[in-house]
Amino acid sequence: MLNYSLKRLASAIPTLFLLITFAFFLIRIAPGGPFDGERALPPDIEANLAAKYHLDEPLPMQYLRYLWQIVRLDFGPSFHYLDWTVNDLIAQGAPVSFTLGGLALLLALAIGIPIGAWAALRQNRPGDYAVMSIAMVGISIPNFVVAPLLILLFAISLGWLPAGGWEFSPSRMVLPVITLALPMIAYIARITRGSMIEVLRSSFIRTARAKGLPEKEILFNHALKPALLPVISYLGPAAAGILTGSVVVERIFTIPGIGSYFVQGALNRDYTLVMGVVILYGILIILFNYLVDLIYAWLDPRIRYDDQEAGA
Amino acid sequence: MALLEVRDLSVSFSTPDGVVHAVNGLSFDLEPGETLGLVGESGSGKTQTALALMGLLADNGRASGSVKFRDQELLGMSSRELTRVRGSKISMIFQDPISSLNPYLSIGDQLIEVLTHHRSLKRKAARERAVEMLERVRIGDPLARMRQFPHELSGGMCQRIMIAMGLLCQPDLLIADEPTTALDVTVQSQINALMGELSEKSSTAILLITHDLGVVAGLCDRVMVMYAGQEMEMAPVVTLFAEPAHPYTEGLLNSVPRLDRARSGILNAIPGNPPNLLQVPAGCPFSARCRHAWEACRERPAFAEVGPDHYKRCHLERLPEAPPET
Amino acid sequence: MNESERDAFDQALDTRVIQGRSLWVDAWHRLLKNRAALASLLVLVVMVALVIIGPMMSDWDHEIPDWDNYSTPPSLETGHLFGTDALGRDLFVRTLIGGRISLLVGIVATLVSLLIGISYGAIAGYFGGRVDNLMMRFVDGIYAMPFMFFVIVLMVIFGRNIFLIFVAIGAVNWLDMARIVRGQTLSLKNKPFVEAARACGATEMQIIRRHIVPNLLGVVIVYVTLTIPQVILIESFLSFLGLGVQEPLTSWGALVNEGAQELETAPWSLLFPAGFLAATLFAFNFLGDGLRDALDPKDRV
Repeated sequence: MLNYSLKRLASAIPTLFLLITFAFFLIRIAPGGPFDGERALPPDIEANLAAKYHLDEPLPMQYLRYLWQIVRLDFGPSFHYLDWTVNDLIAQGAPVSFTLGGLALLLALAIGIPIGAWAALRQNRPGDYAVMSIAMVGISIPNFVVAPLLILLFAISLGWLPAGGWEFSPSRMVLPVITLALPMIAYIARITRGSMIEVLRSSFIRTARAKGLPEKEILFNHALKPALLPVISYLGPAAAGILTGSVVVERIFTIPGIGSYFVQGALNRDYTLVMGVVILYGILIILFNYLVDLIYAWLDPRIRYDDQEAGA
Repeated sequence: MALLEVRDLSVSFSTPDGVVHAVNGLSFDLEPGETLGLVGESGSGKTQTALALMGLLADNGRASGSVKFRDQELLGMSSRELTRVRGSKISMIFQDPISSLNPYLSIGDQLIEVLTHHRSLKRKAARERAVEMLERVRIGDPLARMRQFPHELSGGMCQRIMIAMGLLCQPDLLIADEPTTALDVTVQSQINALMGELSEKSSTAILLITHDLGVVAGLCDRVMVMYAGQEMEMAPVVTLFAEPAHPYTEGLLNSVPRLDRARSGILNAIPGNPPNLLQVPAGCPFSARCRHAWEACRERPAFAEVGPDHYKRCHLERLPEAPPET
Repeated sequence: MNESERDAFDQALDTRVIQGRSLWVDAWHRLLKNRAALASLLVLVVMVALVIIGPMMSDWDHEIPDWDNYSTPPSLETGHLFGTDALGRDLFVRTLIGGRISLLVGIVATLVSLLIGISYGAIAGYFGGRVDNLMMRFVDGIYAMPFMFFVIVLMVIFGRNIFLIFVAIGAVNWLDMARIVRGQTLSLKNKPFVEAARACGATEMQIIRRHIVPNLLGVVIVYVTLTIPQVILIESFLSFLGLGVQEPLTSWGALVNEGAQELETAPWSLLFPAGFLAATLFAFNFLGDGLRDALDPKDRV
């Protein structure tokens, strides 16, 4: 297992490298400098600024400097908010964004898996069709449509919940978390249903029945684990989905998270901030995929075995 | 009293193409401790018969008729009652041993749960009993095997484990559905030897499903030949091989290559294919492929006694002595 | 070969051809039985017709305000079926014009990703071995990146123009296609029926035409149906954030964005574009699901 996790970690490094390289050159080929404001700056000030941000060095030097910077998780100064570093901005937004995302993910798992399993046990019966149709609606309606509708209903019409703003209180979190979780609930339910149906048809479930185990025991001891493996695999893309979704959700509910900074940065052409966030997200996704792979290997004895064999 | 009394068992499946009649009015008895072979081509309804006995038909399958086990009706039994019979009084082992074991659970867990469930044993006692049983089916180093997973073991080893699992609760009946088909030839004979040994030593009756007549000859007391979900012939094993009474049985026997007969150069396969089970013919189902077929075969023959404990479903008085044409 | 043998042989060939065709006939029949998929197809046809013809039939223009009606609710009297926005522009026409852009982006960007994905995947799958390994490693690498954010970065850096949207979305969305095509090609290459065809003396071209392409086609059709809504969603997402199509052009995402800002005063300006967008995505997804079921009978119960 240790062997496997190290090997898997090593294979994540090239990906990380690719990500950073890509980010660096994207910024460099961007037309116009970061200080191209409305007014042209005097040449000496521009030179000073360039020197301050090491823009006067040769490109390979800049690249190495950038790499070293990223390795230390230092994303540099913001090009727009001149007194702030990107790290400051991220540090401010991160707790908010991660709370939101984490809660949404948990909610999606807690609801999606039971719904999917339930539908699988009622395959091709009305209950199954109903649940799966609703799930399709959940997948098809984008969160930037769901969010205003939720606000319209619960904040404006019913007045039960605030329409936006942020503090760490349940009433402020309910709508954003639900908005983020809804499409994921639908995906997870669909995946769980599909894999559960397949597992329940497999020969080892027939054996378990032939052994005289009660259906409940078969479901929990024999079917659940293999049926959940595809859900585990989905967690990687799900994390990416949450990060993307958070951009919309934070904007609509006026929540000061990383996503909001990112959109602001994009509109302000704040390259360092935008790239910082992209790299941070990339690292997060890579890390998350890594964790997911470890969980997968831990759950699936066949992968562990392959590893032992290879390691021996 | 017979251990198992099957009367007029029919199994059908509703599919998008229509209703498939897999088993059509099958009846037979099984005595305690007896080994009965169920023989026929693929699609003759052997496996579906076994699954129907166990209540393990696919969701779109339906069984009718009567299956009495120790005077207890199994068909229509609630799933809760069934769980008390399955694995405890009737066990079943399957064709592909590796995929029949749960790849995500250790061998030990899969054995132990049978005992903790049916015999209410504590895990420790169950573990000891499971190890004992692995030894009985001649598995080396059983303690190590208990910790392993199915994919780490060979097919033959997995089938031994399936057999051990089936026998844990000392069932009255073990249903073995082509237990050696998926295995290498050398491993096949080992497993067959093991089955023979177990059937001699224990009082467990065996319903052995196979298309391999050699296995039948070695292991079974009686044989039933099936075709299109109906019984064609049933006889003690010696009688069946010595004096087959049904053209289909004769065809099956002739299609086995034999070293003790002059080589004719051609293996005598039965011409044609098994009937389409969407529309089972009204008369004798085999008549379309039978070289003795005549007008009477348009009506379904009765399953009639032709000798001591010997039955056949055929209009012919006796098989004509026709040497296999070459 | 004598006469009767040749007849039998021709017959055998004939049945094979018929069977080959009947895969599609079968799939078509299965699709016809799937009411949800058929309804979706109908919705999409109507939707396309509507966005093409609708704006021409209307008295209003999507840019020119109706000076008498600012933020008026839908009504027959004013002639604004979907109401007007805060600038007095007719929402019916705007929704349909927005639909044109959204559908256009969806289809064009999907074609871009299809082109890249098929070439890349087919090359990787066909050559196999080390080339394949390296190419797929690269795909895996990009896969692990927050690609939506890269699209945004591309939009920021290169300005917001509609052709860039096609290219940017297509350029990051080809990964799935490449993976699928590569997997299919790889497995088809080693399928017994391809080997059998090769053993029978079929040329590479025949194999590709008879066996590889028809088998790939099903997957590609399903995938295209499922990619279009994804792309529409991405475009709407960008436009919603103000990073997609710019005025005077509009798209469903941009309209939803405008509508969301007038949520309290003019909810209709959100509901109509949102409804059109959701209905389209829903129909594409359902159709894709139906096509997958129809073309892949393996899972039919």
